[in-house]
Amino acid sequence: MNTDRLRRRLGGLPIHILLLGLCALWLLPTLGLLVTSLRPFQVVTESGWWTALRPPPGAQVYATQCAECHGSNGAQLPEADLSDPALVGPYRRSIMLLGMLRDEIDGQPHMGGKPLPTPQEAADVVDYLRGLSGIETHSAFTFDNYIDALTGYRGTTNYRTDCAAGTQSVDLSCTLADLGNPRGMGRAFLNSLMVAVPSTILPILFAAFAAYAFAWMSFRGRIVLFALLVGLQVVPLQMTLIPISRLYADLGLTGTFLAVWLFHTGFGMPYAIYLLRNFLGGLPRELFESAYLDGASHWTAFYRLAIPLAVPAIASLAIFQFLWIWNDLLVALVFLGGQNPVLTYQISNMVTSLGSGWHLLTAAAFISMLLPMIIFLSLQRYFVRGLLAGSVKG
Amino acid sequence: MALVQPPEPIHLSARLPARAEPEQVPAVMRQKPLTPWLYLLPALIVMTVFIVYPGLSTAYLSLRDKSGGAWAGTRCVAGQPCWGLFENYRYALTSPIMRQSFINNLTWILVMVTGTVVLGLLIATLADRVRYEALAKAIIFLPMAISFVGAGVIWRFVYEYRATGEQIGLLNAVVVALGGQPVAWMTVPFVNTLAIILVGIWIWTGFCMTVLAAALKGVPGEILEAARVDGATEWQLFAGIIVPMILPTITVVITTMIINVLKVFDLVYVMTGGNFGTEVIANRMYTEQYTNFDTGRAAAIAVVLIIVIVPAMVFNIRRFREQEAIR
Repeated sequence: MNTDRLRRRLGGLPIHILLLGLCALWLLPTLGLLVTSLRPFQVVTESGWWTALRPPPGAQVYATQCAECHGSNGAQLPEADLSDPALVGPYRRSIMLLGMLRDEIDGQPHMGGKPLPTPQEAADVVDYLRGLSGIETHSAFTFDNYIDALTGYRGTTNYRTDCAAGTQSVDLSCTLADLGNPRGMGRAFLNSLMVAVPSTILPILFAAFAAYAFAWMSFRGRIVLFALLVGLQVVPLQMTLIPISRLYADLGLTGTFLAVWLFHTGFGMPYAIYLLRNFLGGLPRELFESAYLDGASHWTAFYRLAIPLAVPAIASLAIFQFLWIWNDLLVALVFLGGQNPVLTYQISNMVTSLGSGWHLLTAAAFISMLLPMIIFLSLQRYFVRGLLAGSVKG
Repeated sequence: MALVQPPEPIHLSARLPARAEPEQVPAVMRQKPLTPWLYLLPALIVMTVFIVYPGLSTAYLSLRDKSGGAWAGTRCVAGQPCWGLFENYRYALTSPIMRQSFINNLTWILVMVTGTVVLGLLIATLADRVRYEALAKAIIFLPMAISFVGAGVIWRFVYEYRATGEQIGLLNAVVVALGGQPVAWMTVPFVNTLAIILVGIWIWTGFCMTVLAAALKGVPGEILEAARVDGATEWQLFAGIIVPMILPTITVVITTMIINVLKVFDLVYVMTGGNFGTEVIANRMYTEQYTNFDTGRAAAIAVVLIIVIVPAMVFNIRRFREQEAIR
């Protein structure tokens, strides 16, 4: 092999190790969230998510203490078939198993020369045998947490178990209607869409008109007005919250979708106009000139020429605005609250109310991240562009 | 008034017409005098109602009492320090909880800006030299797509603490595996602030990386090649040529990050609610208004916030504009 090339390869090795290490570090927290959201709720608070693929603790004990006679699948001894639910069924607790193990079989110790398992080990074996005999299904992964999060289930087991037993809480009906439960993430997802879609379309629509006027119409005060507008970008959200909440309270708009649509429209406007005007103003003027000479009106030039040409800019802007609103907590918290809870509001509420209900929290968080991730992965270019241009936004 | 319409951007207008000068609008496109205003009207109305009016109103309310019913001076208590009309600002600038917030925001700025810029530059430089550049960048950038609330849940889980028994939080599991004692990351003062800042770094490094990577691509290869031929080491190249050449971009990234950090709210709200010594300005403003229902103090804090932000903002817009002009 060419030693020079080998040396160059090895010389690049630290770069690869460092970069891949950083990437792994970046992915790890999100991976933990995803894995946890897919684990059965019983094990989520008992062991770390990184142990998800490890065999259950009872398997280890069974392999050393029991498998020699009963076989690894439990069915080696026909007279004591551990894969038979009828045989295993009565042994629900470690104490029952231990009692049976202490008894002699045909005058011989049950365990032969092996020591009796400790109570903890016995409990693990009991649990393992209930899985082995098919009394309970023990899979490492499940979608139950997502069902629970979507329906707003808050009981001690999970939605499917409760519904099968008919012990669900009063706010659940065990039909598809549960997806509309105000406590659930299903409803919150719809609410988030209800907030984000009009709040993206409206400001861009208004801004497109204004941007066109700033770019291709002449009127007195054009420059000053546009400069004022750019200046408005510095106003932070916090500066506008108090008077608007008072105004909404007076008008009875608090908690309505209209309130949030209007607020996002107003607040997203300066940046949207700024971006679109820069884009439209950068188009070749000959284009507009010749359109005019051909007898086009401003209206025709606007919607037949300017808008189609501005599609890339509008796409970047729309993605930026949509994700900004989808991920926003403050505005939703202040103007919508619990009346029409959106995803971010619902999750932040769950954090306070069920601090360690990690199986629900992780599933809920992942539901809220799903759409942004899809958008990011499929429209990465537009997303990054919109975000970079939006870095000056207030 | 001056707060909402700072003089700086108006001054900017002097060099605003980088693209479309007023006379650049073709003469044939003259329209009826009213037409432009029809196009502008919807935008102007919503902006007046939702930005200009509330901005002025907040400034006014910051000089009023708790419910906005009387001037702030009436809140003064005899025998205690009083700033009269600016009583709310006495609270916003000198109260222990606000001082705590300023210190925390300053810590945020120092740690997070350094962290994101250094890591962003490092990753951008590294990724530039490998074939899986796009994938690596996408992984680092991914947290930008997630909400702060989602990121808060992800990291609360990483920081999960158990006094005894098996740790299910990744960080404490590592600490225990290395022979240490588990730490309650979210309740130990200062440690918790640093822990939340780390989440901020995780989120924003992707942004810094992307901006800086674009600048790195703009450094001409011939210059670097020439320096290499002259025997410069890679480090000398980086410190002596690359960094000075992308310095304007670095300053824009730094100011952008400062603005973001000053407005940080969601993360603190979700992770600690501002308790255990993690309070920041934006969260305090929310608490004053929507928990304590103290409009005067909340408005004063909002005004303080905008005053701190404006210089960085003006600097940023100006720089952004200059770069646009060059491009």
